[in-house]
Parts: sequence; structure tokens; C-alpha cells
Amino acid sequence: MTTPTAPDAIYRHDEGLGVWEHRGKVAAVGVGHAPTSRRWDGRPETCVGAITIDALRKAITDAGVAPDQIDGLVVVPVTTTGAFWEAGKPLPMDVIESFNQTDDPLDGIAKLSAEWLLANMPELTNVQFTMYGPGCMSNALNVTAQAVGDGLAHTCLVVKSWHNFEGRYYQGGANAGDAIPGTPAITQLWGGPASYSTALQFAEYCRKYGKSHEMMAPFMENSRRNGLMFPEGYWAQHRPEELLPEDYLASRWIAKPANLFDNDIPIMMSGAYLFSTAERAQDMKQNPVYILNHASSNTRPRSLVPTLDEVEADTARTGRKIYEGAGISADDLSFQNMYDGFSLFHQFHLEGLGYRGIKFGEALDFYQTDISIEGPNPVSPSGGNVGSGRSRVWMHTDCIQQLQGRAGARQVTGVKPEVAVSGGPMPLGGNFTVWSASPD
Amino acid sequence: MAKQGVEPDALSQPFWDAANERRLVIQNCVDCDRLQHPPSNTCRDCDDGGELEWKQVSGRGRIYNYGVVHDCPVRLLQQDQPFNLAVITLDDDPGIQMYSHLPGVPVDEVPVGAAVEVIFEPSANGQLVPEWRVIAD
Repeated sequence: MTTPTAPDAIYRHDEGLGVWEHRGKVAAVGVGHAPTSRRWDGRPETCVGAITIDALRKAITDAGVAPDQIDGLVVVPVTTTGAFWEAGKPLPMDVIESFNQTDDPLDGIAKLSAEWLLANMPELTNVQFTMYGPGCMSNALNVTAQAVGDGLAHTCLVVKSWHNFEGRYYQGGANAGDAIPGTPAITQLWGGPASYSTALQFAEYCRKYGKSHEMMAPFMENSRRNGLMFPEGYWAQHRPEELLPEDYLASRWIAKPANLFDNDIPIMMSGAYLFSTAERAQDMKQNPVYILNHASSNTRPRSLVPTLDEVEADTARTGRKIYEGAGISADDLSFQNMYDGFSLFHQFHLEGLGYRGIKFGEALDFYQTDISIEGPNPVSPSGGNVGSGRSRVWMHTDCIQQLQGRAGARQVTGVKPEVAVSGGPMPLGGNFTVWSASPD
Repeated sequence: MAKQGVEPDALSQPFWDAANERRLVIQNCVDCDRLQHPPSNTCRDCDDGGELEWKQVSGRGRIYNYGVVHDCPVRLLQQDQPFNLAVITLDDDPGIQMYSHLPGVPVDEVPVGAAVEVIFEPSANGQLVPEWRVIAD
């Protein structure tokens, strides 16, 4: 079996597509997370392949499904947080020999194939459908929802994992050299870190609307608070520290106006879900969470970095696509879990959604109000990457758990959890899912 | 600032060759008469890819936006941290952007909106690189 990458036609990029044809007919049921860590310690049982198997098995158990009932597997094959296995570095043969291998010795260590997972999960005897949803979980969820809706699989696992090695983020490879090739030099020669583009958009936003970086502090404090109530997350597991406004605002700059905490912390993690048809989901262990729609953006900036005009036009377009396909409006959202890594673009997603009636330029003022899980306007109840580390997964797990009523201490209490939206990553380009406690 | 050297490849060769002649050229689609930057093998706006050429531009622009880099991933630039990293838009087409360290402008004192003109500075291997300096309006 050779796993294909999802075709472009599987995504709902366009406006005007109407209500999603599988609205309410696909459901998420099981959730599985492996323990997190800051970096890989080199042991076989903690490599990215091993933690992925752990997360998948937990999702299967959580759903109460026999492994031989699973007929689909969607995988995000890229697992790097910005850390790569250096060319010429000796291969960890003890790790490689601990698993059934594919042709690529770094499979399961610095990348992940569906073939590697199936070779090391012998209990998955009936998987007939595999597909890659490249990028992040948001992408893979869209692929999984459409695949189950289209009948390509009826009980399908989806997984996203991240590896993180020793060394500074993105400081190896070409960035450490004395010269670089001419085409990437046009964008990389000037040395902007990963958050630079987002920092620029935020700076333009502040100039246009008269806002400031200090106004981010309540959002950051609230996100960390929510993250500390996310037992699967990095900060809750390893560094249960509040993020007070004074600490946030005193942290060092990375690319001003983006500071250290505006950049999510790279970690080792794996998160998995079990999807099924709404009909089959009725017999599983957890309450089904129904998919009302999935929507995507494939917009690219005209030139080097997105302008604020481009960002606002696209987030508004994304909001319209989300609502159109789900057959809902902004008023129907119980809460939102849009992406936040980097924190300085979360407000673009909020404004594009028109969450709680917010218009362009108003989100930072909204952050100064009650945005807690106890209030009527919860913002990022998952805590996102700010609250639990770099994964782009927490937002989806939180939507499922909130709508199943099993988010624990993080459970929203100021609203009835009925309909939610999650997705990302960036304001331009991304994949989004609308979740519902009811299929209707 | 000592930038990394540049090793032109097939796609970017005309851009860097022109820089060595102290000229700024930008890729242009003959079919839709639209500039694009960074360069690509096809026109991003034409369904059939479009025919591409390199077009000399005026070398005048404006500072559109900027950030201050305190934690740079590029080793050679780390000794100069913190430094300005600005986005310049071209007068020929304000939709086209280029990066600049804005030599001579104090850190975090960037005059957004100011007029700039292109200059060329040597990188680590001698390849000239477009940079921008503030000029009077």
C-alpha cells in the first residue's frame, strides 16, 4: 500500500459551495494523546513513532472500538517543529532496530509514514484506506471528515505528531552556512525569525486601529490558565506556571512586537482521534461530536508578507465559508478555538469569524472583557499553543471534549457547549472544522 | 551588516546578475503584465503559467512596515542583533515588497511611510544584494 497525499479536490476552498453534503453525517468519538516532552531523549519508547502509536491506541480505547473495525488512517507525515536530523549525523540504530522499518531509516524518528505505523501496529488488520493530510491536524481533519463522508472509510483514525531535537529552533542547516542558494536568498537573506511575518501584521494592525502589544496580556494570561487545566498539555505536565501580565510583558523580544511568549514552545507530542459515520458512532463509548462543515483557505499573499488588507479579506472570506457550509451563523457559536501559535494573529481569526459580533479592529478591546471559560464569551478555551505548547492539536481536542461534556476543569460553564469551530494555522491559508453536539 | 553569500540558481540568476550591475529587476508576466516577487517558474495569476521576463524597475519605494529582530536564526547576522527588518513597497507597483535592514536607520526608529531608494551592498561572497536607504521626499 502506497499512501497518497490528499487531492486538492478534497478541500472546500471556495465560497458558494452551499451546505456541506455530509453535514452531521460524520462524527469524532475517540481522543488520544501521548505524554508530552520538551525534546526527544533518544530512547526508542519516546521517539515520535512510539508516541504516535501510544496516541492512536488511546484514541481507539477511548472510542471503545475493536482495532479490527478500523478501516482508515489519515496521517500528517511531517513531524518537525523546526528541528531536522542533521546530514551526516549517525543514525540511532538502537531506535531503528526497535521497530519494523520502512525504506527510510528516519521514518518514526524525524517523519512519519502510514506504512511505518501499520507495520508497527499489528492490531490494525483491516485498514484499507490511508491518506496524508500534509501540514497539521487542521488539514488532516478536513481530509478525514471528507473521506468518511464520501465512504472511503467508515471508522478512521487521524493523527498528528511532532518531534523536537536538541538545538536552537531553525538555527541549523542553511541558516548556519556562509552562503545560500539564490532563490531562497531573496526571502531568507535578511534573517527574519518564524514569527516575523506575524509580528509585522500585528504592528500594522496596532498602527491602523490604535492598539498596543500590552493589550494582548489578558489573552495570554487566560490562555495559559486554560492550558494549565489541559492535563494532556506541556505546561500542565511539566511547568505548571501561570503567565501573569507583568511576566508576559517583561519577556524578551524575538521579533518586536513578538516576544518570547508570543512564540509557542516547541515540544514532542502526538494527538489522535477516531472518526466514524454518525450512524456507527452511536454504538461507541463516547458521545459523538458531529462535523457540520470543513472549510479551507489556500490564499497566498501577493508578495513577501501578507498585508493587513490581505489578512482581513481572507479571514472574512474564511468566516463566510465556515458558516455557509455548516448552515449556521456567528450567533450559533458556543465558543471558538481558532489557532494561536503565534499568539499575535488569534485576533485576526476572531474578527474574521465575527465572534460575538466583533468587527475588524475590536478584538484587543474584547480581550479586556471577560473571556474566561466561566463567562459568556469564552476565547480559546483550549488555551491553544500558548497554553499547552506547539501542536496545533489542542484546539480540536478541546472542541471534542467540550461538546462531549468531558473537558474536566476546563469545561465551559458560561455557555452551553453546542457548536464550536477550530482551525488554522495562519490567517492566510488554513483548514477549519465546525463541530456540534447534535447532528442537526 | 554581513549577509550570507548568495549562490545564484537558474531561477534567480537574472535577479542577482542585475544586482551585480547595480540594477533592480523584478519578474514580470508578459501575458498579464503583472510583476511578481519572489520569482517563480510560472505566473501565479495566469492559468496557463504565462510567459515571464525580467523587468527593470525604478529603484524607488516606501517603507511599508518593520519589525526589530532580536533573535535571528541566521548565524552571520546574530552579531548585529537587534536590527531593523523592514518591508519596502516599490513605487512601480506597491503590491511588490522587498526586505531591507535599512542601513543607517537607528534600531526601532524606522520612519514608516518614508521614501527610500535602492542601493547595493556586498554579501559575504561578494555578490551584490539590493538594500534600501531613506531619502528626502
